[in-house]
Amino acid sequence: MKEWGYKILKPRVIDLDKADTSWFNKLVEKVPSAKKCVMCGACSATCSVSKFTDFSFRQCHILFKHGQFENRAGELDKCMLCGKCNIVCPQGVNTRTVISQMRLFLADMKNENTTL
Amino acid sequence: MSEKKIIIIGGGPAGLEAAYHLAQQNYKVTLLEKELETGGHIRMDVKLFPDFEDASKVRKQLSDKMNHPSIDLKTGICVNSLFQEGDKWCVKNDNNTFYGDAVLLTTGFETFDASRKEELGYGIYDNVITSVEFEAMLKTGKILTSDEKVPQRIAFLNCVGSRDEKVGNHYCSRVCCINGVKLAVCFKELVPNAEVYCFYIDMRMTGQQYEELYRTSQEKYGVNFIRGRISEAASTFNKRIQLKSEDTLAGLPLRITVDMLVLMVGMEPSKSTTLLAGQNDIKGAYGFAASLGINRNDNQTLKEGLFLAGTCKRPLSFRETIADAGAAAIQIMDFLKKAK
Amino acid sequence: MEIKKHYWNEYQKEIAQDDYFYERSCIRQTFFPGSEATFLKILRKELGKKIVDDPRIHTCTGIGYHSDIVPFDTTQVICARLFSLMNGAGLKNYVPSCVTSFGIFNEVVETWKHFPEELEKTRENLRKATGREFEIPDNIAHPSDIIYNFRKELKQKMKYRLVNKETGKPLKVVEHIGCHYSKIFSEQSIGGAEFPHVLAGMIEEWGGEVVDYPERRHCCGFGFRQYLIMANRGYSIANSKKKFESMKPYKPDFIVTNCPGCAMFMDKWQYTIAEMEGITYDDYDKGIPVLTYEEMTGMLLGYNPWDIGFQIHQVQTEQLLDKIGIEYDPQDKYVGVSGIYLGEPEKPKNLGC
Repeated sequence: MKEWGYKILKPRVIDLDKADTSWFNKLVEKVPSAKKCVMCGACSATCSVSKFTDFSFRQCHILFKHGQFENRAGELDKCMLCGKCNIVCPQGVNTRTVISQMRLFLADMKNENTTL
Repeated sequence: MSEKKIIIIGGGPAGLEAAYHLAQQNYKVTLLEKELETGGHIRMDVKLFPDFEDASKVRKQLSDKMNHPSIDLKTGICVNSLFQEGDKWCVKNDNNTFYGDAVLLTTGFETFDASRKEELGYGIYDNVITSVEFEAMLKTGKILTSDEKVPQRIAFLNCVGSRDEKVGNHYCSRVCCINGVKLAVCFKELVPNAEVYCFYIDMRMTGQQYEELYRTSQEKYGVNFIRGRISEAASTFNKRIQLKSEDTLAGLPLRITVDMLVLMVGMEPSKSTTLLAGQNDIKGAYGFAASLGINRNDNQTLKEGLFLAGTCKRPLSFRETIADAGAAAIQIMDFLKKAK
Repeated sequence: MEIKKHYWNEYQKEIAQDDYFYERSCIRQTFFPGSEATFLKILRKELGKKIVDDPRIHTCTGIGYHSDIVPFDTTQVICARLFSLMNGAGLKNYVPSCVTSFGIFNEVVETWKHFPEELEKTRENLRKATGREFEIPDNIAHPSDIIYNFRKELKQKMKYRLVNKETGKPLKVVEHIGCHYSKIFSEQSIGGAEFPHVLAGMIEEWGGEVVDYPERRHCCGFGFRQYLIMANRGYSIANSKKKFESMKPYKPDFIVTNCPGCAMFMDKWQYTIAEMEGITYDDYDKGIPVLTYEEMTGMLLGYNPWDIGFQIHQVQTEQLLDKIGIEYDPQDKYVGVSGIYLGEPEKPKNLGC
């Protein structure tokens, strides 16, 4: 194999033609309030963990929605389930349940050998 | 019956509503409309936001009120000249001349010509249409792509021709956000399993029930909202439209292929508005007609006896236009009572 | 692919008719050795135009300037010297062979329009360095503009058309415009920035069909800075790959470009992608031939493909020549101008020949 000295870069795009959005559909069946999210960021603003790590629940939500699961399980593990996000959400999204459910789904994906 | 006569130029919602109020107070009204029927843009609507009221019913209600003994309705008259002659106002087109003691300009708006945004492919690719064309399809009850198929995935792009320096329109057209949500919901009711994406910069849900409709569209209908403008739309091999955007909230570029792209085109002043306002020194920013003040005296102009109502001044919703027409009618009556 | 509205009508620019001063490119002659000679031949022999090819020309510093190695002041003076050479030949119409040069000259002239003090500074620097004076040209046109301008006249002289000899159908052509031609000063590009027409016009006039694929406007990834350093080439090649993937379903017969970097990229990256990942973008695993606009013109005029320089291409062009029905001698391919057989190059593993 010839040594090229470089590799073809992989695109860093959310490709909605290829992304698996069925997991988000399963999530909203279990937690219907998740559909109401308008990405205001109140949750990530109050989050205790985000003050000391780069964890952002809002970011996790939107990436999960668009089927981008790479590194997601590791990120969601950082949540302490303190519940402050639940209290401040203006839309009434049940954020704690969303996180717990996402964790369960990501574990399912790992068991199904979906590439994370 | 007062001897004073008012000429209203423009038979859309503003003109119709103002004509009715003035006639009820026994003033003589001549209503001039350039098309062969009244109604203006509401003729094209199916449902009015935010409560999905039937637009044709509303239109009929407005037009029926024109069967009033004090109202002289003349259609097919496109006014091209407006000026003061002494203390009377003269309104002309090539074949007719009308005189009045006061004139109400309700010449309204036109939608932005989307072909000016080349990169969005309107007028170039088949499945890129405007919100006006989409609503026209809704009227027939069938939304179909150029191949006569029902689209399974459509996208709406907000702020086309508004908030855009490149086309010279810095302002916000006020109603496109809510209109887009309304169209998305209408489409979802027709094709419940379809995927709908709305690409926005902001969601400006300013009116009563607007925010609730936005919430319902997500909660009940599953409409997807992506914060990020579409930079270019290109046609693929099978005439679907490939879109390039950035999901600014995820911080990643986003790519999606849809069956149909609907452009939410903004409101620009109609040609009549710019022409007649220009003839009377009341042409304001972007060619709209300028009133004496935005917060008060919004129906008067710096020319005595020349009044404004509706979207000839700025983008307004239907509800605001009706209210504005009523206010204009009162201002005109006050003026005519004082002038002897 | 039906296009309903043609915007290119609204963006036309003035192109000089005769008396050109030609500025050769630094790198084009390495990758496409026949192209510039073909252009000169076309202008002199077919169109009877006057075009001066001065041996004293040099780089415009485009590569250096865009890689942040050469400062803008130097670039301005270098461009001024080139204009001075043009003045020396008594000409007013400047024709740079490379698209990056075209961008540089437009940029420099535009700068002098808005900042006259820069113009004065440049005049002084040139005087101090070389003792020369210069005048700004009346017209700066890219050679592809000139061929576009005379495409109808050239059509009369052409032996072949861009038509598949067997099926009689027009060839499907992907046209790729260099970024510096249309995207920087869109008013200097025929057709504007979104739908440049300079190559599309040639293709349509000569019987072909332009392929409008989604990534048509996407950059090939050349970009100077990222390409010059080997470790960054992954970024460059990823951009070309994006274009290839997008054009594949349309099964184009060949690609034509007007920029030296783009032509080199589109041609050579097909080889690299084939060797790295085993992927080719046509049905026969031979790759999609890439031509410069001069090569395309010369080919249709009936010039010997080996005189134009087709043998140097990475993706072999015989498949295209056969499709059009162009006569050529396969034995002559690797025989040099001196008549001596030069030897065949090594064949790649995955990209067919």
